[in-house]
Amino acid sequence: MATIHVDGNDYEVEDSDNLLHACLSLGLDIPYFCWHPAMGSVGACRQCAVKQYKDADDDRGMLVMSCMAPVKDDAYISIDDEEAKTFRQTVIEWLMVNHPHDCPVCEEGGHCHLQDMTVMTGHDRRRYRFRKRTHRNQNLGPFIAHEMNRCITCYRCTRFYQDYAGGEDLGAFGAHDNVYFGRVTDGTLESEFSGNLTEVCPTGVFTDQTHSDHYTRKWDLQFAPSVCHQCASGCNISPGERYGDIRRIENRYNGDVNGYFLCDRGRFGYGYVNRKDRPTRPESRDEMGIISPLEVDEALDRAADTLRAARRVIGIGSPRASLESNHRLRQMVGDANFSTGIEAGELARIQRMEALNREAGLATPSLREIEQCDAILVLGEDLIQSAARVALSVRQAVRSKGAELGEARGIPEWNAEAVKTIAQDAGHPLFVVTPDVTKLDGIATYAGRLAPDDIARLGFAVAHALDSTAPAVDGLDAATSQWVERIADALLAAKKPLVIAGESLGSMAILEAAGNIARALGRRQRPDAGLTLVRREANSVGLGLLGGESLDWALAQLATGDADGVVILENDLYTRLPASRVDDALDRATAVVVVDHQRTPTWERAGVALPAGTFAESDGTLVSLEGRAQRFYQVFDPSYLRPDTRIRESWRWLHALHATLDRQPVETILLDDLTQAVAEEVPIFAPLHQNTPEAMFRIHGLKLAREPHRYSGRTAMRADLNVNEPRAPVDLDTPFAFSMEGYAGYQEPRREVAFAWAPGWNSPQAWNKFQDEVGGHLRAGDPGKRLFLAPNAGITAGGGDYCTEIPAAFTPRHGEWQVIDLPQLFGGDEMSRRAEPIRERMATPQVALSEADAARLGIVAGETVSVALDGASLTLPVRLSAGLPQGVIGLPSGTIQEITGALTPGVTRWGRLTPEASGRRASVEEGRP
Amino acid sequence: MSRILQSASERRAETHPLTWRLHDDQSPVQLEEYRRTQGYDAVTKMLEQYTYETLTEEVKSANLRGRGGAGFSAGFKWSLTMKGEDVPRGYIVCNADEMEPGTFKDRLLMEQQPHLLIEGMIIAGFANRSKQGYIFLRGEYHRAAAAIQRALADARADGWLGADVRGSGWDFDIALHTGAGRYICGEETALINSLEGKRANPRAKPPFPGQSGAWGLPTVVNNVETLCNVPGIVNHGADWFQALSGDLSSDGGTKLYGVSGKVRNPGLWELPMGTTGNRIIELAGGMRDGLSLKSWLPGGGSTGFLLPEHLELALDFDTIGKTGSRMGTGLLTVVADNQSMVSLTRNLEEFFARESCGWCTPCRDGLPWSVKLLRALEAGEGESGDIELLEQMARDLGPGKTFCAHAPGAAMPLASAIHYFRDEFERGITQSKGEAHADPIPVGSV
Repeated sequence: MATIHVDGNDYEVEDSDNLLHACLSLGLDIPYFCWHPAMGSVGACRQCAVKQYKDADDDRGMLVMSCMAPVKDDAYISIDDEEAKTFRQTVIEWLMVNHPHDCPVCEEGGHCHLQDMTVMTGHDRRRYRFRKRTHRNQNLGPFIAHEMNRCITCYRCTRFYQDYAGGEDLGAFGAHDNVYFGRVTDGTLESEFSGNLTEVCPTGVFTDQTHSDHYTRKWDLQFAPSVCHQCASGCNISPGERYGDIRRIENRYNGDVNGYFLCDRGRFGYGYVNRKDRPTRPESRDEMGIISPLEVDEALDRAADTLRAARRVIGIGSPRASLESNHRLRQMVGDANFSTGIEAGELARIQRMEALNREAGLATPSLREIEQCDAILVLGEDLIQSAARVALSVRQAVRSKGAELGEARGIPEWNAEAVKTIAQDAGHPLFVVTPDVTKLDGIATYAGRLAPDDIARLGFAVAHALDSTAPAVDGLDAATSQWVERIADALLAAKKPLVIAGESLGSMAILEAAGNIARALGRRQRPDAGLTLVRREANSVGLGLLGGESLDWALAQLATGDADGVVILENDLYTRLPASRVDDALDRATAVVVVDHQRTPTWERAGVALPAGTFAESDGTLVSLEGRAQRFYQVFDPSYLRPDTRIRESWRWLHALHATLDRQPVETILLDDLTQAVAEEVPIFAPLHQNTPEAMFRIHGLKLAREPHRYSGRTAMRADLNVNEPRAPVDLDTPFAFSMEGYAGYQEPRREVAFAWAPGWNSPQAWNKFQDEVGGHLRAGDPGKRLFLAPNAGITAGGGDYCTEIPAAFTPRHGEWQVIDLPQLFGGDEMSRRAEPIRERMATPQVALSEADAARLGIVAGETVSVALDGASLTLPVRLSAGLPQGVIGLPSGTIQEITGALTPGVTRWGRLTPEASGRRASVEEGRP
Repeated sequence: MSRILQSASERRAETHPLTWRLHDDQSPVQLEEYRRTQGYDAVTKMLEQYTYETLTEEVKSANLRGRGGAGFSAGFKWSLTMKGEDVPRGYIVCNADEMEPGTFKDRLLMEQQPHLLIEGMIIAGFANRSKQGYIFLRGEYHRAAAAIQRALADARADGWLGADVRGSGWDFDIALHTGAGRYICGEETALINSLEGKRANPRAKPPFPGQSGAWGLPTVVNNVETLCNVPGIVNHGADWFQALSGDLSSDGGTKLYGVSGKVRNPGLWELPMGTTGNRIIELAGGMRDGLSLKSWLPGGGSTGFLLPEHLELALDFDTIGKTGSRMGTGLLTVVADNQSMVSLTRNLEEFFARESCGWCTPCRDGLPWSVKLLRALEAGEGESGDIELLEQMARDLGPGKTFCAHAPGAAMPLASAIHYFRDEFERGITQSKGEAHADPIPVGSV
């Protein structure tokens, strides 16, 4: 620690910080642009100048850039010094020379860091009287709008895009006052993290195109703290609503999880909330298929009647629905009749992953903790596609080697460009073993391309190399054996090694291999080692912990007539198992009740269908892949502006249905009651108790505001329906109010923040004010309760026995190919796939074939082939892969289901290939690999 | 073509170590002649008698100050380079990106005597344990490029470069890299970025190149003239080098001085360090008929304007530094009484504004504004407050306020022109619009 003297006051600060970081963390305001808490200092903008004095007697001092000045003990500095203040004003004046001053028509206005900083410096007169330089803008694709004239050349965009996120197609061009940030030519930004440009850019150069399509100022949006539902990473988000539509998703800072950044699926995949074809009223369907809208009570009665007529009712839950909704369904149908709604193989793997997370003896790191790992092995996961935000953290872990090298040379981590100079291409070791090429290969020490069984074998061999009592693998080739040794050495040499595996390839063997490595590391006394297991869906972990039967079981119950009534919660069964099996089951059922927020094929099969809220219209709890249980909060009340709407939280529907079924009056139920029930009835959820009852949380006796205090038009926005403004909707479930009235400040500690705002700080940089130190943790603690072991949580090393079921080496078959699912960030998730901008980003479905197989078969890239699989036939163009091993073909996950429905899942599926224009080639299957 | 205006008979090995071999017909000194005239003797002596430590000591005690303009001790720079048995061998880079306005001295040395530079680089490479040398040459210097390419090939064929230099067991080679034309590449860390294929932005220091330079390895960047002084120091010793400047200056050695502007004979002279401006202008034959000297820049566009009275000062780093200007490259630009200081300053600032790399705000956005103000004053469209604004900008572009020395260099002629010739600037506000200047300078494209 060091003592610094700032304008006559003494403060204790970290001596490893720079002055800007230290002062902002103390709550002292210094304007800045190029510095970013997650990206460090580069000294480009010169905005953060302060006066530094040699000692207490020096009365002249000199200007220094606080971001580039290390904290020194007993340093005297002044922020208020006149020369420093004037210089900071001058810098703004320079930045404004070419800035168009188009705030009234700029979409950044109202959450613009440049506006905030301009006001902060007091610059309010322009002296520049000459022509401004102008630029042409580019079309950067469906996500990002580009307006280069607003640019103040802080270089944050390229530093984020290239250095932090590894993108290559956005750069700085030109020189002097004509620097241009863009692509070589117009075109969609290739990075999966491009959306962060909208928050990284301090002004309106990069803005959210989806927001632009239905624009509302930040101060006119209603926000709630939410959790992204588009994968299992558990990123925190702040969705903003106006007129009953989600207008944009902003990052919600969580110091343990996503920090400042989201992936593009999470940020731009919200469109399914706004779909016009969403069901908003209950419906019934008679035997003739005629659909009639119902009122709420009618619907409940009709549903209860049909269910009562059934001999046995089962419930099918969903890994995309909250714990509360799933639990409420289970309460209604009884434990013995509850299915998780997850296909049997996947469910077994999810449960295995949970066992490994809880018992294998390694901690499950948070995303921030992943960034501190110094050797990482990825088995089978193409992380950018299956859990993009995790991949971004893995990238930071690799890069953090540079900081280590810098520290050794006396260069602090925050000195970003200097660290880059020293680091060059150095990185912590990363080993990526997958079937196809991945976007992390470029920073990997080793990018191995193997079939799933061979990936597992490599993993088992690594475990054996770490601990000779782990089962050995016979018959590895020399090259693979060498890599096994290198991987094991790197994991052992690391302070915080990390093993990552997951669900993508549907391989239990890969998970077992990861488990063996975890146990081996535990037995080699690596208490700081971590195990990250990637699940597919937002609440896959929660459903696994909650327990229940598989979807296969549920369909069998119906198909055999053991059950004839079913309640299906937020689950399109046709995406999980082949249509014929789902049809067989639902055809036999006499009562089918569906609760969902989308018109899915399953919805169309319902006798009674009840319209549920999406994440934006309901509250609940999800458990992320790191075992973090997090609450998401309702953003808006859909019926306030659309009185015809009968959308309710799924758990509320199920509660009412249960009561109706029991011929009881429907009593008021609150979210906290349900969360408490989950905590009491399922032991692992006991920590959720600490969160409840949360609805009574108040600050200074106030609820928390969902709307900024400048929120306008409340009286007018409903005037087309009724000139009498009704009372604002009342939220009994949570501490948040559907109003600008309530607490919205930063001084009082609170974990759940609907929108970050502080006086003078309207941009996302306002999170500074909520953190224990800038870029640190929220002062009240980061949201969420960890259910798995966190690092340093008293872990018993090496729990459980080694798995000894090592698969045989993969052997290509004659005339058949092993078909694997290749996860897709855009299109791989059922809900975001329904969002328009994501559809634009989805790749055309292709079948990936190894170059060697293609050459042997004489198939060229782009040629159309048909893939025969499980009796289905897909006709797709061929993508040649430089990575795929021979004998394996890859299909894009999710997008295929959309075309054809689900295929029979299973660890090993085999398909046959036939060229479409097959007249010229007798039979490709004859070719021997 | 860059010319030395002393005839061959005036230049002797003992007193003109940089230019004594040069031909009056300006043809390059080739390897055979160079070898005949003590060429590469310093390398032979070095390989026989020196270690990298003693070599660095020798150059340090010679007080050879960097001839690129900053005047930093070359030997001291070498002593700061990270080196040792356990340190990977890095690079010696010759800064041959000569682009300082009014400067044409390195060009002479490279076009006419490339072996002297190569010999100096071999020695500097040895002193810094470099594995490879790069000559970062201004792209437009195609004659120099041809001369250097030929000399490198000849030196390599003769065993002075490549594996096992002259049987010593020491490996060292040099490659030529021609720049794409940015003034900022004269800044050593921007040069390194450019050499690596990156944007030519200066780097944050520390780490200094001697610690982590090109591709992260220890790197020394020296100017052409600096390196050309090194063989003489090795051949004749530090004391001899110090004595070259006699009583004129505490800085050792000779200096390639030169003059451009409205003098009778613009050109170059090798003279003892510390020669006065008066003497140099006398050598140039004085001002052209009918003109008198109003002002002068001592060493390039990024140095401050001085007055006639300063011509009696010794032209060395410390003496000129005391006037508030800098010696810079030591090539004088003289301004005649019929030239407008406003136009001249505007022309210089156009150059500096255009050559800003665009990294830091004051330089990127301040310099173009100063150009526009100067153009307004030049056109008689100045407004009251413009001069004060220019003065404020000159202060705000000063050292410490910008990322590198580019803007402070640009601020020097601006601040000094207003300081000494304020009345000319004031006329831009008071005179009627469009009044012609005595000797107009075309407006540039910034």
